[in-house]
Amino acid sequence: MKLKLITDKSAAGVMFSLTLLSLLLVVVIAAGLIFKSMPILEEHSLWELISSSKWKPARGEFGFLPFIVGTLWVTGIAILWTLPVALLTSIFLTENSKRWVKKAVFPILDILAGLPSVIYGVWGIVVVVPWISDWLAPMFVEFSTGYTLLTGGIVLGIMILPLMVSLFVELFSATPMEMREASLSLGATRWQTTKFVLLRKNFPGILATVILSISRAMGETIAVLMVCGNIVQIPSSPLDGGYPLPALIANNYGEMLSIPMYDSALMFAALILFVVVMVFNIVSRVILRRIENKYI
Amino acid sequence: MDDIKKGFFRPNQKFTTKVRERASIEVKDFNVSIGGNHILKDCSLTIPDKQITCIIGPSGCGKSTLLRSFNRLLDMTEDVKIKGQLLVDGEDIYASGVEITSVRRKMGLLSQRPCPLPMSIFDNIAYGCRIHGIRNKKKLRLVVEHYLKAAGLWDEVKDRLNTPAARMSIGQQQRLCLARGLAVEPQFILADEATSALDPISSKTIEDLFLKLKQDYSIVMVTHTLRQALRIADYVVFMYLGEIIEEGPAEQIFKNPQHELTKKYLSGAFS
Amino acid sequence: MKAKFIEEKVMKVVMALTTVLLFFFVGSIIYTIIKEGWPAMSWSMITDLPGGGFYIGKEGGLLNAIVGSLMIVGASTVLGLLVSIPVVFYLNVYLTPKSKLGYASRLAFDVLFGVPSIVYGAFAFTIMIALGLKTSLLGGIIVITLLIIPIFIRSMDEVARTMPRDILAATFSLGATRLQSVRVLVRQILPGIATATLLSIGRAIGDAAAVMFTAGYTDAIPTSLSQPAATLPLAVFFQLSSPIPEVQSRAYAAAFILTVIVLILSIGGRLITNHFSKNRIK
Repeated sequence: MKLKLITDKSAAGVMFSLTLLSLLLVVVIAAGLIFKSMPILEEHSLWELISSSKWKPARGEFGFLPFIVGTLWVTGIAILWTLPVALLTSIFLTENSKRWVKKAVFPILDILAGLPSVIYGVWGIVVVVPWISDWLAPMFVEFSTGYTLLTGGIVLGIMILPLMVSLFVELFSATPMEMREASLSLGATRWQTTKFVLLRKNFPGILATVILSISRAMGETIAVLMVCGNIVQIPSSPLDGGYPLPALIANNYGEMLSIPMYDSALMFAALILFVVVMVFNIVSRVILRRIENKYI
Repeated sequence: MDDIKKGFFRPNQKFTTKVRERASIEVKDFNVSIGGNHILKDCSLTIPDKQITCIIGPSGCGKSTLLRSFNRLLDMTEDVKIKGQLLVDGEDIYASGVEITSVRRKMGLLSQRPCPLPMSIFDNIAYGCRIHGIRNKKKLRLVVEHYLKAAGLWDEVKDRLNTPAARMSIGQQQRLCLARGLAVEPQFILADEATSALDPISSKTIEDLFLKLKQDYSIVMVTHTLRQALRIADYVVFMYLGEIIEEGPAEQIFKNPQHELTKKYLSGAFS
Repeated sequence: MKAKFIEEKVMKVVMALTTVLLFFFVGSIIYTIIKEGWPAMSWSMITDLPGGGFYIGKEGGLLNAIVGSLMIVGASTVLGLLVSIPVVFYLNVYLTPKSKLGYASRLAFDVLFGVPSIVYGAFAFTIMIALGLKTSLLGGIIVITLLIIPIFIRSMDEVARTMPRDILAATFSLGATRLQSVRVLVRQILPGIATATLLSIGRAIGDAAAVMFTAGYTDAIPTSLSQPAATLPLAVFFQLSSPIPEVQSRAYAAAFILTVIVLILSIGGRLITNHFSKNRIK
């Protein structure tokens, strides 16, 4: 056999095994996290863990509800305000704006997407926290430190904004021009066309993008940890402090070996995050790839 | 067909042009350049009312651009420069302050590939009416039925009006698009190679529909199948490299072309 | 005027406003970092180690964090590229676009890409405990490599997939093996690889959650793989919570340096794309 064919074959083998190895990583991570959270799952039932709000690790009480609720609050606030902003911005970019606007906005999105989480945290502490404690919160409550779920939601929202905008822009630009023309030539205005045709047509894609952004937002750690107070309680309003899951892991890793079951509890928190993020990711990617294949 | 023009569905008659005001499309020294390319050069012509006008010419000669400038879809492209006048019913549609939506509403567009909107068959037809403010369900049902009949589609789809339009065959989709265009009571029908993506039977159906519709509408179609123009055209415009070389009644152009290029094109020397 | 035109105008203004909002956010963030960070900057900030402990010592600079970050990111970039470039070629040259393995692995890389870095960190930490390792430079390098591989693969794969398959067919028809046609592919996607590398480095250098568990933090520059290493994001995170103003200003300085690095990487990436994209066949 010729030498070049042999090298070709062996290269294929090497590449194939590298691909498989990296695939295996998903499985290994899942297995590792499950293995480490087994001890706590043997002691308490899954339902007990996620529905109890008693968090006293030293006494062996592990109720994850405050953290789950905290994560939901922060993520919810973030999505709630970024979804309209991202939608409107991307509609502006694809439907209404001139080329130079796009040229100016895309680098801005790049920068927003590239800035490290910790920088957002610094910005949150320097800008958003005082804004909330001095200006916004006094209108509703007597006193607030400014380290609240709302602060976390605002900062987190800005962090997922670039992802949402670029995915929306991709979706909208893939929508055939003829579809817009069909609506416009019936005498519809551009906004009517956007509202009734573009948004409707892209509904699955928008949904997938939102799911993807939620999964991204849930795992964000440092920035949220820096601004949302880290108080173990079930929050009752966005102006309360909260304690999302990733912050729990990051804040307590230092002592997790000194208290029994604590390490297992934290790994269980990581497992929850991993499972939720993975499921959300797969669902949205499958939808997005379906759409992509339909058009291209 | 009669009740279409009576404004049966639109008592105030705001958009449909009154018969005595009804004129046609007049193009005067019209120039278009896109991104520095001069696409239409000093085009002047008049589209006759209630006839089928075919714009013919080799590909890339600016036929589609001319057609798209009639309902200002050209505005969608970036870097477009337009000079000259385009009068529809005596009104320059490129003048400032013109309501683009009402201009576009006067023209139903049929594109190369049928493009149903992402909704049910019923909603596709009703879309235009809803856009223009008709919400009455009973009225909408009448409109939908009427125009589906006008496009010869009613019997085929009357049992599945609520299924997505994208599930129809491609020929049915094109007739749906025609019906959708008719439902906003236009005066012109613009067809941009509307049969090129269809099978022979479907395109015959569309052609027959055009022959029927020309009693009430002016139909402008771009085509590069000469035989189609021979079959249905009343008036023919021949374009070459962005210029209008020759125009006139079909018989005259086909039987007795004046210009050398027209003769060559008609004899099939280039296409 | 009619309601629909008013609605159109209003919506257009609102849309323009939300777009301006993006500029406002970026402006505000960069302004904040410069305003807080620039006064804290000095030569000794870049050239000195912190004196008297990073959390309480008032003296010194950030050299430990700068060197630590560069070591970790440099090493994991090299390791990451060694793994991800073959994988990208495998996905794009050896597998057909419809391949099931290709679909599954792209989905898996999407998932890996989405796994929060804190989960990577927690996972790597348990592995390290199981192996009896302490927080160390090596731990940081491994976890950042794991983190960076899906980013590399996804961004390069996106570039590689835009390449028309006809080019591959053309090289195959000249009798080239698949490995030889990889060379053609390389020439096509080289600028893409460069951009992807820069952007991924930007993400890796800014990641705090994963290195927190694995690399630890220290005042010294690590001299071997088994010693802990400081990193810039953690320099921000830990020192900002200190009650001492001098230490806090070190945190702002670290934030400033980090932002500058990320901005340079991001602008560099864009320049490369713009510069080379004219030579590419699309």
